[in-house]
Amino acid sequence: MNFLDQIWLIPLFPLFGAALMLLLGKKLDPQPASEVAIAPGVEPVADEHHGGAHASHAQAGHADHGHGGHDAHGHAHSPLKKLINFICPGFVLLSFLFSAGAVWQLSRLPVESRVHQVVQFTWVAGLPFHMANGAMATFSADWGFLLDPLSSVMILVVTGIGFLIHVYSTGYMAHDNGYYRFFGYLNLFVFFMLMLVLANNYMLLFVGWEGVGLCSYLLIGFYFHKKSAGDAGKKAFIVNRVGDAGFILGMLLMMSVLGTLRFTDVNAILHSGQFPVEVAGFGVLSAISLLMFFGATGKSAQVPLYIWLPDAMEGPTPVSALIHAATMVTAGVYMVARSAALFQLTPHTSAVVATVGAFTAILAATIALVQNDIKRVLAYSTVSQLGYMFLAAGVGAYWVAVFHLFTHAFFKALLFLCSGSVIHAMGGEQDMRRMGALKKKIPITHWTMFVGSVAIAGIPGLAGFFSKDEILWQAYSSPLGSKLLWFVGLATAAMTAFYMWRLMNMTFYGKSRVAAETEKHVHESPAAMTVPLTLLAIGSALAGWLGTPKLWNLGESFRAFEIWLEPVFASAAVGAAHEGAEHSTGVEWGLMCLSVAIAIAGIALARYLYCIRAEIPDRIEARFKPLHTLLYNKWYVDELYDFLFVNGLCKGGGLLLGSFDRNVVDGGVNGAGWLTRFASKVSIWWDTWVVDGTVRFTAFSVKLLSYPVCILQTGRVQAYAFFVVVGVLAFLGYYVAR
Amino acid sequence: MDQHLLSIVLFTPLAGLLVLLFLPSKSTGLIRIWANVAGLTGFLISLPLVMRFRAELPGYQFEEKVSWIPSLGVNYHVGMDGISLLLVMLSTLMGFLAILCSWSAIQDRVKEYYAMFLLLQVGMIGVFISLDFFLFYVFWELVLVPMYFIIGVWGGPRKLYAAIKFFLYTLAGSVLMLLGILTLYFAHFQQFGFYTFEISELMRLNLPLATQQWVFWAFFIGFAIKVPMFPFHTWLPDAHVEAPTAGSVILAAVLLKMGTYGFLRFSLPLLPTASMDRTIVQILAALSIIGILYGALVSLMQQDWKKLIAYSSVSHLGFCTLGIFAMNPNGIAGSVLQQVNHGISTGMLFLVIGVIYERRHTREIAEYGGLAHVMPKFAIIFAFAMLSSAGLPLLNGFVGEFTIMQGAFEANWIWAACAVPGVILGAAYLLWLYQRTMLGQVTNGKNLVIPDMNLREIAVFVPLIAASIWIGVYPKPFFDILRQPVNQIVQRVRPEYFAARAQAPPPEAAVEHAPAHTGGAE
Repeated sequence: MNFLDQIWLIPLFPLFGAALMLLLGKKLDPQPASEVAIAPGVEPVADEHHGGAHASHAQAGHADHGHGGHDAHGHAHSPLKKLINFICPGFVLLSFLFSAGAVWQLSRLPVESRVHQVVQFTWVAGLPFHMANGAMATFSADWGFLLDPLSSVMILVVTGIGFLIHVYSTGYMAHDNGYYRFFGYLNLFVFFMLMLVLANNYMLLFVGWEGVGLCSYLLIGFYFHKKSAGDAGKKAFIVNRVGDAGFILGMLLMMSVLGTLRFTDVNAILHSGQFPVEVAGFGVLSAISLLMFFGATGKSAQVPLYIWLPDAMEGPTPVSALIHAATMVTAGVYMVARSAALFQLTPHTSAVVATVGAFTAILAATIALVQNDIKRVLAYSTVSQLGYMFLAAGVGAYWVAVFHLFTHAFFKALLFLCSGSVIHAMGGEQDMRRMGALKKKIPITHWTMFVGSVAIAGIPGLAGFFSKDEILWQAYSSPLGSKLLWFVGLATAAMTAFYMWRLMNMTFYGKSRVAAETEKHVHESPAAMTVPLTLLAIGSALAGWLGTPKLWNLGESFRAFEIWLEPVFASAAVGAAHEGAEHSTGVEWGLMCLSVAIAIAGIALARYLYCIRAEIPDRIEARFKPLHTLLYNKWYVDELYDFLFVNGLCKGGGLLLGSFDRNVVDGGVNGAGWLTRFASKVSIWWDTWVVDGTVRFTAFSVKLLSYPVCILQTGRVQAYAFFVVVGVLAFLGYYVAR
Repeated sequence: MDQHLLSIVLFTPLAGLLVLLFLPSKSTGLIRIWANVAGLTGFLISLPLVMRFRAELPGYQFEEKVSWIPSLGVNYHVGMDGISLLLVMLSTLMGFLAILCSWSAIQDRVKEYYAMFLLLQVGMIGVFISLDFFLFYVFWELVLVPMYFIIGVWGGPRKLYAAIKFFLYTLAGSVLMLLGILTLYFAHFQQFGFYTFEISELMRLNLPLATQQWVFWAFFIGFAIKVPMFPFHTWLPDAHVEAPTAGSVILAAVLLKMGTYGFLRFSLPLLPTASMDRTIVQILAALSIIGILYGALVSLMQQDWKKLIAYSSVSHLGFCTLGIFAMNPNGIAGSVLQQVNHGISTGMLFLVIGVIYERRHTREIAEYGGLAHVMPKFAIIFAFAMLSSAGLPLLNGFVGEFTIMQGAFEANWIWAACAVPGVILGAAYLLWLYQRTMLGQVTNGKNLVIPDMNLREIAVFVPLIAASIWIGVYPKPFFDILRQPVNQIVQRVRPEYFAARAQAPPPEAAVEHAPAHTGGAE
């Protein structure tokens, strides 16, 4: 079977699963009426307007879930519900198999032809337009898919880790209401994520880009009876939209300059030498890449748009693992790597990317040092690790960025799932101050999380070491790098080791601070959860060996990752040659030892502070109260943004304009109406008193003049007859008398 | 039959209306059924238009021309191009759905109510197919009357204020437009020696720039009030808030498009020089952008569900007019597409409000909260409408908005940069509305006893959801239909546009160069 031509099917499997769940899922998983979450003290009331004409039977309102996060008690498994366990992970597994087949066939092709496109139809078939240089082009985008070494890494990560997390979720979510809804959203997410990484043009990539944002919104707000969940989902969506606005403008500018959005065409034009490297100034390509990177800061939670990711932890933990650690948040890194040809021509933007990456890495790491919520630590850790990836991309080491994305997907998914397992065991508790000494009680969770923490800390042999060390080396040695970037990376590495082992010590070692009531129920998770943990732990241990340092000379198969991605980032080779010439191997060995030493120091310090001498942290906290408060409150960035943008610009502006609209704009209209009516009243007055007045005055004066006549003009015939007779007699008398 | 197809489509609602008048007022059931039959027939009978329309042909199709008032040079002349086709289909579909969604909402003066809707439909279709300016004006004014009564009789508490405001405001604009029409009419007599209202004839006019500008502004007032563009929009929130659901649906979905259609059919082709005047274009683009941002910001802080959506219309229509005044193919095509999209998504949003209003008789957002627990089906449909309106890719709004922005960017990148925050705010006010009404806990006991949507209510949404997905996933047929008329408008306004050299084809060359394999069917 030719999997390469069937890659368009890969996203469709999970879409089918999602459609099935969202349309029919309710039949498989009927929910009890108790799901209705009612605020305390609210009773069903018939609407006075309608007198309950519509009121069917009142759905009895039960109490809310009580504690949020995870619901330990729930309704019984129905046999139909089990079907979901096969359908949803099954579709993702199918995608994984098709992906694996396609990647295998891709790897059989000769290196230079490892770009496979399948175009199904013209999606947006727009009209002609003038490019910036005056030439005509057509605004169009394919419904087309592209498989190359870069997207092949991504689809394997998405479907492979996605499948494991689906399996894990069958255990983790077993007691939750809305099981079908959860899996429907999760499958929908996998669909959009695969669209994102398989698209053959930026616009279709954007479909996935916004689509994963939607699923993220839906899943963060999964426990939608909680206001905080709704808030977090909304925040994630809107902050992402801010980034997307930059992305949209970037696409428009790219279309205007290059006339196309298809990756292969864009790369061909950029490689053609038509546009020189923008070393001298900030040119149009730099603007494109900067706008696109702004989009990436939204999706991948970098400064200044990282603020949504920690809040996103309101979602169920498997969601945090899949979307907010392993896949979706790496979309920005993927996009930058996908645009490597563009970023290679724009050193100024690359410098911005590296700086933002390094700054985010250390900023998030400082916040992670003091958080007490187990998931928040991991969330900030994710932000920090994503910063590493951008640091790598910014110094031109795109394959290293993708390599760290790859290893990070394993160990961060693992760490999140482990934290989920801890939370599951603790009946919803997420505060590490109420944990401790859990090692014996949940051994599998402990050992797998141990592997993950060693991996992220950068201890040689495990995945994190290889990718992180390569990033540090590239930051140090690349022509785009600098010692400052390297140092920030190193400091972050030390903090990473420290906060991860602070987490481990507070959770698994030392004295137990678990509430007595909870203590009784602590239990190891079911196999559906521990098996994925084990597999991910193996991955976290081994994944790094695909990209060992050149220095180690272990042969090509231990550097497979770099070699596999080489054709995608063609001109990266130039930098590599450069670096080889300039630095001695001694420096590289030295730096490597330094970073390992600092990781061990971080771990040891955490062990000392949070296990051996557990009273010290409180003293440090008391001593450096302002600093601690600052870090604990995340540098008050959220408050600043709320003040400036949410309340200031949007709500304040909305209120202001609303009153402007009522008083000025509509005031003008109503004023015109009032003026018209006023004029009409004046007219009526004028009409009544002047125009009609004249008429009536004329009539009146005539009438007045007629009064004397009136005395005679009585209308009485007898009187007239009398006058006639008198007159006749008078005439007669006159003639007679004369 | 083909040669009278348009007249049949136009007068079917009128025939339905005539029969309706002979039904006894007491038998409301019969009246309802008949009105729905007439509405459905009106829609079905317009389907052959789509099938027989040939997108590749330039000019008008299904033309009919009969002399009407020879002494004034007035003809009954109808015909349609791609733009008319889309808007007529939108009118017949939304007209039917408006009738369908009124089934249980309207309980008094049922006969008069449906009569007004059928009359309204004649006017709407007539506006979009008239090729004679006089005929157009007749239909344009005809629309006002039933809408006035729909708001004024079946509306909310401040219905009289809203109805009169709607009527007078639009009428004031129309009168100015009439002056513009008459200017062209007499100028034509001066230049060619005979009186006519034929648009094709009036296009031959050779007017000095100053006259063109005066006429342009006269038309502008008429159309801008109808759209409505900032700052002529304040009748809209009042009319929407007070109108019954079906009235709002038709108002938003179709009536507003008469204004944008007016720009495309009359302002641009008849007054090409004035339309390309730098000052005019910049003023109009600025008003559009202000409309986008202003509408969105004001929408954000509304406490009234319906008013919020009404202001969002101002924002969305700002995109439509921005596309028009970008004066390039993508801007205009995107604008027409977005007009259809707005009809679908805002139509859905008003229908959503109608569903809940029928149950609770309030539009105060604060009265709601947690509805998703009580009405899960409603929650899904509302979410769909919201996402379609917010421009989520693979739904209709995205394609239209993006195409408009491509056009705006081509005209002036600053326009696009200024319009883009509208996309962010669009998500913000809708998501916040959704959160306040649907998510969280149920905080009002009255909301616990309301039933979820029934089959008839869901049926109203099905065609709209289908259309929304269709346009989002496969908009090609729509672009094909729009290509000819849009290119003609651009050709008319900017004759030099298509003279530019064709793109030297690096893309094609690149495809051959890259080791790419292109498979699948086109």
